[in-house]
Amino acid sequence: MTLKLSWGNRPRQAQRVTTLTSRHEGIPTESSLLPFGNGRSYGDVCLNEHGVLLATRNLDHFINFDPKIGVLECEAGILLSEITKHTLPHGWFLPVTPGTAFITLGGAIANDIHGKNHHRAGCFGAHVLSFELHRSNGEWFCCSPSEHADLFTATIGGLGLTGLITTASIQLRQVQGPWLTGSSHRFANLQGFFDLSSVADESNEYTVAWVDCCAAGRRLGRGVFMLANHTHGDGSITARTPLRLPFTPPISLINRYSVKLFNEVYYRRRSAEKSVARWHYQEFFYPLDRLLEWNKVYGPAGFFQYQCVIPEQDAARHLKEMLGRVAATSSASFLAVLKKLGSIRSVGLLSFARPGITLAMDFPNHGSRTLALLDSLDAITREAGGAVYPAKDARMSSESFQQYYPAWREFSGFIDPNFSSSFWRRVTENIKK
Amino acid sequence: MTKILIMGATSAIAQATARIFAAQGASLYLIARDPQKLADVAADLKIRGAKNVFSRTLNARELDQYRQVVEDAATQLAGLDAALVAHGTLSDQQACEQSIDRLVDEFTTNALSVMALCTELANYFSAQKHGTIAAISSVAGDRGRKSNYVYASSKAAINCFLSGMGQRLSKSGVKVVVVKPGFVISPMTAAFKKSALWATPTAIAPVVAQAMIRGTPVVYVPWFWRPIMLIIRAIPERLFRRLSF
Ligand SMILES: Cc1cc2nc3c(=O)[nH]c(=O)nc-3n(C[C@H](O)[C@H](O)[C@H](O)COP(=O)(O)OP(=O)(O)OC[C@H]3O[C@@H](n4cnc5c(N)ncnc54)[C@H](O)[C@@H]3O)c2cc1C
Ligand SMILES: NC(=O)c1ccc[n+]([C@@H]2O[C@H](COP(=O)([O-])OP(=O)(O)OC[C@H]3O[C@@H](n4cnc5c(N)ncnc54)[C@H](OP(=O)(O)O)[C@@H]3O)[C@@H](O)[C@H]2O)c1
Repeated sequence: MTLKLSWGNRPRQAQRVTTLTSRHEGIPTESSLLPFGNGRSYGDVCLNEHGVLLATRNLDHFINFDPKIGVLECEAGILLSEITKHTLPHGWFLPVTPGTAFITLGGAIANDIHGKNHHRAGCFGAHVLSFELHRSNGEWFCCSPSEHADLFTATIGGLGLTGLITTASIQLRQVQGPWLTGSSHRFANLQGFFDLSSVADESNEYTVAWVDCCAAGRRLGRGVFMLANHTHGDGSITARTPLRLPFTPPISLINRYSVKLFNEVYYRRRSAEKSVARWHYQEFFYPLDRLLEWNKVYGPAGFFQYQCVIPEQDAARHLKEMLGRVAATSSASFLAVLKKLGSIRSVGLLSFARPGITLAMDFPNHGSRTLALLDSLDAITREAGGAVYPAKDARMSSESFQQYYPAWREFSGFIDPNFSSSFWRRVTENIKK
Repeated sequence: MTKILIMGATSAIAQATARIFAAQGASLYLIARDPQKLADVAADLKIRGAKNVFSRTLNARELDQYRQVVEDAATQLAGLDAALVAHGTLSDQQACEQSIDRLVDEFTTNALSVMALCTELANYFSAQKHGTIAAISSVAGDRGRKSNYVYASSKAAINCFLSGMGQRLSKSGVKVVVVKPGFVISPMTAAFKKSALWATPTAIAPVVAQAMIRGTPVVYVPWFWRPIMLIIRAIPERLFRRLSF
């Protein structure tokens, strides 16, 4: 048994790790298996306490790439950063990308991830043409919207529970190069965000806002809105050398004072207001990838992320209440993101993304104080008829989960009998601590 | 370095190194025993930028095939600049203590086959007056220990062999590179408990590629194994016999 951690550095659970070395080898016959991609989920969807994790990172071979039509087939353990490195020189980019490029293709499918272009492109699953799914009884299926369509929709957003994805074929998006152009705008309060979003989403491919969770009162929900589109232009497409936090500091470097200071500076800096901005794609999409293992700044206790989506109707009221509650506590968040999710239906049975406004916030782990705050946020999300994102979660109650994902029972029928996860047991076994 | 033969091309360390050469647009001639894995690696390296990729299945123990293999590589690639010999097995020490057949098998795979291939490569490269021969040995070959002396001595054999070969070829412009990895996370070592001393193939590959380009005679990867092995080699034999690591 070894300790394997997800991105939030908690929960700390012991499990066995079996490293897969070839996609042709089939999967072990042991009980309670769960695929593990690159551990960029924050909580326990990628953990399986006392069970076995199937480490997929060595399944990282390209299989087929047609630069004429942008169709890429590769093994599921490849990182998105590797994909772009090799397809961008041919003018093809990821159809959907999250805020870090260090996730695997398998992880992108299993959480049916969304990006800053959700209002245009929907989730990652919408661009998956097919994949190969291996089950613990030795069977394997080629799944697509037309073949084994039920397993296809269960596996997209299926949290690794329906079997092991060994390979997948995706449709890439054509681009003119590594550059994006757009602009950046301060907004003074939450209403400012809604105003900008309703205009910007119509004519821009990528939109996202950073929000200052420390601001209260009239300034509640102030932030910086960014919009961007792909553009032409030459320039280096090679990766910058990232820095690495060399050790875990004994205590969290993120506290009320450091966050307040950071947020104030971030909001006031000159470049927050820019009528014409130009970004390299890595700078725009993955600013945090510059600092490898930045999650260590939260110290050994780790941290939580809370990401919810609130239906648009009444969103302003609910989000105000949430931000107000966060601002009133000392559990400040410095990475807070607001984005409007569009109306393209997610493919997956359990996909998180649905129309509404999504808010994501990080909180240092202060034990029961933090848990109580997050429970109170959940109360708001439930009342609003929203949902919380499993990829970011380590604590939602089974009641909440079952309300957010009413399809969970139907989904259970597709679970591989030998697969399970800490997350799934937590949210379906109705155990109260 | 544009035309490279890679023996044991499905090895984790070989793949990571080959990806670097592929990204530079090299043409590759890949040799491995498992045709399916070999086909996967070939397709992958092509998409990662290799100009041409040829592959050939071969069990390393087929010693009589190497002359033809080198000729074929040079024909397919229209020349040959370098070779990386990476195949190997982590011998089961206890089984080898009980079975001479196993012992001979291990020496054939880890030592004799490397010597055979390098001999053919040496003759080819010295005739054309340039080329680089790199072989993956191991820090284990620096001193025999009770836990793995069969594996270690097969690596020691190639160290000694290649040192002499390097001397022989130095005047003809041919470089001989001995790569000595420490602990590397790969299928070969899947069963081992890992510590901070372990490196990934991706982390050591740039150093291996660099050593090939420069023609470094002996390279330890990661570098810190050089001082460690210096100390281990310096322990007097009388004392060493009584140690139990
Ligand atoms: C800085 C940062 C920014 C992020 N931004 C976003 C964002 O903008 N949008 C977003 O949607 N998410 C975002 N995320 C979350 C992240 O994209 C997801 O958690 C993603 O699924 C992580 O992928 P992974 O490869 O690390 O997989 P893991 O976290 O290791 O696993 C995730 C799930 O995928 C399953 N899985 C992995 N591989 C396979 C396989 N081969 N077959 C079957 N199941 C498999 C696992 O069992 C698990 O359930 C962000 C995360 C970080 C750290
Ligand atoms: N990993 C370490 O800690 C470490 C340390 C020092 C030195 N090394 C050396 O590094 C080299 C590469 O090892 P690795 O770590 O990359 O492990 P690996 O991935 O297990 O590679 C070993 C390779 O050798 C091939 N091989 C074994 N016997 C063969 C045979 N009879 N014919 C043809 N091919 C054969 C294997 O082929 P299959 O794929 O078909 O099995 C495999 O590709 C080896 O020489 C090893 O001794 C490794």
